[in-house]
Amino acid sequence: MRVRLQHVAHCRSGDKGNTSNISVIAYAPELYQPLREQVTAERFREFYAGVVTGEVTRYEVDGLHSLNFVAQGALGGGVSRSLCLDNYGKSLASRILDFEIDIPDEFASLLRGMM
Amino acid sequence: MTLRIGAGSAWWGDRISPAALNADKGELDYLCFETMAEATVSAAQVRKRRDTSFPGYDTWLDDRMRAVLPACLRHGTKIITNQGWINPDGAAQRIVHWLRELGASGVKVASVNGSLITDRVLELTDTILENGQPTATLQRNLVSAEVYLGAEPFVEALKQGAQIVVSGRVADPSIFMAPMMYEFGWDALDHVHLGRGNGLGHLMECGAQVTGGYFADPGFKHVPRPWDLAFPIIEVESDGTAVLTKVAGTGGTVSLMTVKEQMFYEVHDPANYITPDAIVDFTTTRLKQIGPDRVRVSHISGKPRTPTLKVSIGCAEGYIGEDMFFYAGPGAMRRAKLAKQILEERFKIVGLDAEELRIDFLGLNAIHGAMTPSDAPEPYEVAVRVAARTKTREEANKIGREVDGMAVSGVGMTGKRVPHQDRTREIIGVWSSLVPREKIVPEINIIES
Repeated sequence: MRVRLQHVAHCRSGDKGNTSNISVIAYAPELYQPLREQVTAERFREFYAGVVTGEVTRYEVDGLHSLNFVAQGALGGGVSRSLCLDNYGKSLASRILDFEIDIPDEFASLLRGMM
Repeated sequence: MTLRIGAGSAWWGDRISPAALNADKGELDYLCFETMAEATVSAAQVRKRRDTSFPGYDTWLDDRMRAVLPACLRHGTKIITNQGWINPDGAAQRIVHWLRELGASGVKVASVNGSLITDRVLELTDTILENGQPTATLQRNLVSAEVYLGAEPFVEALKQGAQIVVSGRVADPSIFMAPMMYEFGWDALDHVHLGRGNGLGHLMECGAQVTGGYFADPGFKHVPRPWDLAFPIIEVESDGTAVLTKVAGTGGTVSLMTVKEQMFYEVHDPANYITPDAIVDFTTTRLKQIGPDRVRVSHISGKPRTPTLKVSIGCAEGYIGEDMFFYAGPGAMRRAKLAKQILEERFKIVGLDAEELRIDFLGLNAIHGAMTPSDAPEPYEVAVRVAARTKTREEANKIGREVDGMAVSGVGMTGKRVPHQDRTREIIGVWSSLVPREKIVPEINIIES
């Protein structure tokens, strides 16, 4: 089944200079593998096109079923220079919730918020 | 022995009542305050230049200390705080003032100085980390430079008998790690324990972000009574394993999810999170929910500290002018788009000289900007939000002045505020560099109430 990432993982963004990091954390251990296979650094960067201007590096923390994306040039020059209303990029994590991902049907009961 | 450390703040503007609650009900050995953002020191320097009466420490120092000192004195809870900003000595004197008001005599308050290196930053540093240029290129616009100190000066102050220690810039996790290092006798080169402790410190440094704040997402992530969040408490064993929790009966939640989100917050490579005291490796961490609002944290790893310390360099880089006005009802977007066109033409007429200009539709694309989906539905209400970055204040002021013009010379049914505050602000850009560790010698002063 194909679902939005918001049913599969939860996310948080943080700022350092002009770099934003966005963690993508599986709601259940079984949901981590599809995330790892499908949410690549390259596809992440495409998804944030127009906002992320630099490189995207993905770190995998398998033991905690989490991915950490580090996006350079994501904060309009940095918190104090940015013209974006959300200059800390606190809401940047919410964009990836819209990412479409394929999940084996057997894991349907592990998905969150499927009303 | 189990050490109980509570958080008192995660930033300058944080709530004060959860700090008072932790002091009162947390049965704490230590209460730790983090109050500085990247540009805090530079902003304080700018303010001090304009207003010589500004004491240069946390503007909420009085409120925070008055809220927690009575309970801390009652329970023998020590305080570690970075509220000293650019004047740790002044902050210590002010804390002594409040101790005397409370009738507490003989309490030792230490100030940690030595993080401010504005005068010699160009001698001590070579390269700007962000762009590879020499730090000398920042000379003309330099406002402030400060080193991120580690936990060692706090430990030294505690050894000298201080019950309250106030510093300027210190790495945030070190504020929370210092009590562990002192109480458990961890050596400054013991990277296993210092790494573990700084990992725990990182979980604590953002306060409520690990107890249910910055977390709730209705339908997905539930937070009980999110209007009554507590700040975290960590119960640490001498080997650096710990339980993260909060005062019982408060709102919020401490779960595997909140701990994981905070673990990666502002972290780049989770295997190499650099602090002044050690490099933290989070990838080995084990988490276990052992009870309601109780998460056991173990197996965080540490690697030896680097030979350098990070320096933050604040520079005056110009100005931002910013304002907004509003539309609602049928056709709101059409009117907003015409307003945008009018402004773009007006900026040509008045010759706006901007490094960057941004006109957004708040309600549609002001937050996610260029990555807003092209098929996003039209909002019922929308604000036109205008911002420009300029070299001079005069240019930035043009933003507010042209938005003023939209009141009677703009589009039909424009909602417009009368400006009650300055719509132009100064930019202090922050750059980073490294300084050899041995060049920085913190100085500790102790006074007594």
